[in-house]
Amino acid sequence: MAFASPQITALAVEATEYPDLARKYRVTGVPKSIVNDAVEIMGALPQDMFVEQALSALDPSPQ
Amino acid sequence: MGLLSPADQDKLRDAFSEMTSRVKIVFFTQTLGCETCLQTRQIIDELPVLTDQVSIEEVNLVLDADKAKAFGVDRVPALAIVGVDAQGDESDSRIRFVGTPAGYEFISLVQAILLVGGREGTLTPENRAKLEAVTEPITIQVYTTPT
Repeated sequence: MAFASPQITALAVEATEYPDLARKYRVTGVPKSIVNDAVEIMGALPQDMFVEQALSALDPSPQ
Repeated sequence: MGLLSPADQDKLRDAFSEMTSRVKIVFFTQTLGCETCLQTRQIIDELPVLTDQVSIEEVNLVLDADKAKAFGVDRVPALAIVGVDAQGDESDSRIRFVGTPAGYEFISLVQAILLVGGREGTLTPENRAKLEAVTEPITIQVYTTPT
């Protein structure tokens, strides 16, 4: 996704090396994705669902 | 002795032979206080041995703070995957690895290198269009473990 858009940055974070981040984002299982510190996506979703949920982070309406 | 088996080296060599452009791994490290930096360096050092399409640039988080900031890196070890075209111009793919790229993450690292090196991505045309239409910054952090 990052490669497709200059607006998107994607980070793969090794949770065991950064327990502070794992605690901050309540990572209790992997993979867990955090989008703009606003949307949490648990697990490995099909592409369409992942893209939709990731883009919902830009949605100004309440979740 | 390398970390990769001869069979794995052969598979990677084959995969890298299809790259149509070069990729630079910008490796962010620091001299003290980074227990996994050496291990990360050892892992990524396996790659340029297998192809001249992959190179490594080491950046010290403290001594090259401006460069680290430009890449949005504030923790080490970290990797940024950068495309290098035929003219030598560099293009940040905005793909980062934070922490040691071990286990399954090594596979993700290789896939990222191949993608930036010219392999066709797996996004559907519809999803690609949605992403290309994004006008605000999005940061996606994917938390993983090595196994």
